[in-house]
Amino acid sequence: MADADVKVPAAEGEAPEAADEAPKKPVDPNFEPEIIVFACHYCAYAAADLAGSMRLQYPTNIRMIKLPCTGKLEVIHLLKAIESGADGVYAAGCLEGECHYLKGNLWARKRVNHVKDLLAEVGIEPERVEMYNMSSAMGAKFAEVATEFTARIKQLGPNPVKREGVDVHAAAREALGGAAMPDDPAPSAATSEEGHAE
Amino acid sequence: MITAERKPLDEILALVGDKKKVLVAGCDTCVAICLTGGEKEAEILASELRIKAEQDGREASIEHTAAIRQCEWEYLDMIADKVKDADIVVSMACGIGIQSMAEKFSPALVVPAVNTNMLGMPQEHALWLERCGACGDCVIGETAGICPVVRCSKSLMNGPCGGSHDGKCEVTTPEKEDIDCAWHLIWERLKAQGREELMYVNRPPKNWSKSSSGGPRKMVREEAKPV
Repeated sequence: MADADVKVPAAEGEAPEAADEAPKKPVDPNFEPEIIVFACHYCAYAAADLAGSMRLQYPTNIRMIKLPCTGKLEVIHLLKAIESGADGVYAAGCLEGECHYLKGNLWARKRVNHVKDLLAEVGIEPERVEMYNMSSAMGAKFAEVATEFTARIKQLGPNPVKREGVDVHAAAREALGGAAMPDDPAPSAATSEEGHAE
Repeated sequence: MITAERKPLDEILALVGDKKKVLVAGCDTCVAICLTGGEKEAEILASELRIKAEQDGREASIEHTAAIRQCEWEYLDMIADKVKDADIVVSMACGIGIQSMAEKFSPALVVPAVNTNMLGMPQEHALWLERCGACGDCVIGETAGICPVVRCSKSLMNGPCGGSHDGKCEVTTPEKEDIDCAWHLIWERLKAQGREELMYVNRPPKNWSKSSSGGPRKMVREEAKPV
């Protein structure tokens, strides 16, 4: 798996794996990161749905934005999410070789890697952006990635350019313009509406 | 087309200094096609500069715009208002566009965010190769459509030299990749054209006064001048 090389702290308080890593900052137990997930309609978004159906627990820190394909994601979209104050951003696309549009997820990975370089250039930790791959059947993987990435961002601490009063999710969505798809209606709301209609 | 590469961010930051109102100006012609300085790239650089300013605790208003072509007065009129509002313009156009901006809006401060590097062609997506040195005295009619001025490492007029081995030049790129020997390519194509005799023509030293060695060049088309 392509994301197997991603170093994620397994649990809070665990000793750093690599000896050459800089000493880690103490984790603020009250820090709740805001994380933007750019999720592909064909895989990760459906995987999130499945995770919900399976009653899997994952952190509430992640906020999803649905895309027709992670290939729709451009460098500026990731950068704007960080600029608006997101503590972490990741794209979740289909398994490599299984993109509905053939190579969208491969393009996304390249762009995510480019954004890592740009962030390093401006002095922001490149680990705040990442690319993951999963299929629509991988509800457990969705929950696992959300948990691991949230732990990683908690370890990194708040985005240094975070400002008070900015709705990060709304800003990230606005940066996408027409590229973002509308969210699916929440199941409970739909059910209650149907209930009223009946 | 004219190609350019973005300067390292530190160099751009040093040029911008502590200016408060920064306008990043892209150019939507050559530098947009080579994915370096179009509106998209201007937006990305502006975002980077904003993140950096925020991190450094500097108050700054950093915006981006793009001219359809920075090297023509008419297109510069279209972004004039934004330029007049700015303390500094960071231009992502080629050297021609940057100078046009600096002249049009003088004494406004206009600095480059890119290094203009060559007249190149997109050999494949995201790969550009130098094809013309604008030497002012084209010889490729005799060299099978292959320019010895920029494609031969020594710009030899009578090649190949002794450094040509198996079609490759003894010089490599900075990345240590092989370079095709231009005179080998010329020989192969002249053979395919049945014009091998051109290989034996003795070409006199090139007149470089028609290139940049003769001072800034000027071109006038009297018949096309407005009446």
